[in-house]
Amino acid sequence: MDTHLDIGVWPENSLARVPYWVYQDEANYKREMQRLFEGATWNFVCLEADIPNKGDYRTNQLGDLPVIVVRDADGKINCFENRCAHRGALIAFDDGGNVQNNFKCIYHAWSYDLCGNLRGIAFEKGINGVGGMPKEFSRETFSPRKLRTTTLFGLVFATLSADTPPIEDYIGADVLGRIKRVLNRPIRVMGRFVQPLPNNWKLYVENVKDTYHASLLHTFLATFRISRLTQGGGVLVSPDGGNHSSYTIAIPEGKNATAYKEQQIRTDNDRFALADPSVLDSVEEFGDHIQLQILSVFPGFILQQIYNCLAIRQVVPRGVGKMDLVWTYFGFEDDTPEMNRRRLKQQNLVGPAGFISMEDGCVGGFVQRGTLAAADQVSVINMGGSTAESQETRATEASVRGFWKAYRRHMGL
Amino acid sequence: MDLARIVELNAAYARVIDNEQFEEWPKLFHDPCLYKVTTADNLARGLEGGLIYADTRGMLEDRISSLRNVNIYEQQRYRHIVGLPVVLGQTNGATEVETPFLIVRIMREGAMDVFVTGCYRDKVKPDAQGALRFAERIVVCDGRRFDTLVAIPF
Repeated sequence: MDTHLDIGVWPENSLARVPYWVYQDEANYKREMQRLFEGATWNFVCLEADIPNKGDYRTNQLGDLPVIVVRDADGKINCFENRCAHRGALIAFDDGGNVQNNFKCIYHAWSYDLCGNLRGIAFEKGINGVGGMPKEFSRETFSPRKLRTTTLFGLVFATLSADTPPIEDYIGADVLGRIKRVLNRPIRVMGRFVQPLPNNWKLYVENVKDTYHASLLHTFLATFRISRLTQGGGVLVSPDGGNHSSYTIAIPEGKNATAYKEQQIRTDNDRFALADPSVLDSVEEFGDHIQLQILSVFPGFILQQIYNCLAIRQVVPRGVGKMDLVWTYFGFEDDTPEMNRRRLKQQNLVGPAGFISMEDGCVGGFVQRGTLAAADQVSVINMGGSTAESQETRATEASVRGFWKAYRRHMGL
Repeated sequence: MDLARIVELNAAYARVIDNEQFEEWPKLFHDPCLYKVTTADNLARGLEGGLIYADTRGMLEDRISSLRNVNIYEQQRYRHIVGLPVVLGQTNGATEVETPFLIVRIMREGAMDVFVTGCYRDKVKPDAQGALRFAERIVVCDGRRFDTLVAIPF
């Protein structure tokens, strides 16, 4: 293709063509921070389980916006900008913890209550009547920006915009049901890791939504002859395009560990048999034969169920060509020791060292580097057509097009 | 336990990985065993999950056959700098050892960057032939950021 686009201009009115400047342009990145992460979107900030008690807090980011999420005395979860109203220093500079009644900025000891209201100013009245803040200074007008929060099956989301619809409407009924099927009881965090990736954040989000690449790039299951060609599945895309859930349905006889083992026996003579297939010993725990589900909520939340391996992934942009992928592995509070061990083993499949997910760490960087001189060119996203509806196949790029549908609407592109 | 034998085991471990003799790596473990890669932070919070978790030699072998035959990543290798071991005690016939390490990752295009630092927390004991082997090696990484991907074990 030999079109030449101007930077900042969408090529044609198509969801199936995406210009490469969108992964490179600094001005566009700044607009994304304002219109997406600080705009009318819900952003994952922590788990309810992270902050069970009064004063428990965690820090996170909505794009470049640092925030504090804290549970107050009434049990309510509040979120506010992690920026002191005085000189702009971080109010909290750790991952989380517990405060009694207020946060105190270390720079000049200005303090904030658990709702983010400015409560105390050191030497506000000066010393012996000299110095101090002007009489007309109003603490109320100088608080960090406050965000709205909402909880959903133990997840906490926040938004800076007053226009963001209720989260159930924002996510859409189909995808919402797929979150609920996984997060159906109290969860237990099993580990956290961060994977810095050398690519624009959208390349990872597209990768997550790309059901087409999974069996082509990730050959672990196929090479070890564990993938099943008879598997059903499909992809659900929310009406606005931004949220999705792809899923694989186990063949009925493949739903328990015995079937995996039998399959393994059949491939015993194969050069690529697993020496210890216990890494894939899985049990059906959600009662619906869905053995794999990848789900995303626009712009940067991902929920993953691969067999019994459960994780939340948060996409944190770190400038135009870098991002952090924040992994939270989890199980449930009522896991038996056997289930715990099963999850520990299956965690080999995902994360930075994941047998299945390893390639996702580098492929975004390959696109970032491959397109450095192609800001005025476009990628072609035509598998399964050029629209963004739910489809009963995974040989489609429908949910990638859905991402761009939502993206263009939010960005005004 | 003779410290020199532990140093020798650590040196052999680093050498087989850095020289890309990966098939030799599982042989340095007992079967069953425990090999886990985690972070100091997860350990401090009592979180069991790992980047890599293997409790048999077969699982270690599968790591290697996967990195040799299946996984796709840009060509890279490691240089381990392994510090001096400290013997912490004895439990059930195994010696508990702690050894600091640093790994430089050498990428295809020539960059040589510190990839990970941490501490090996080991239980070592002789096998039937008297060779010292790992019953347990918990790789406790100092930080929690793992750049791009982890293909080769630490």
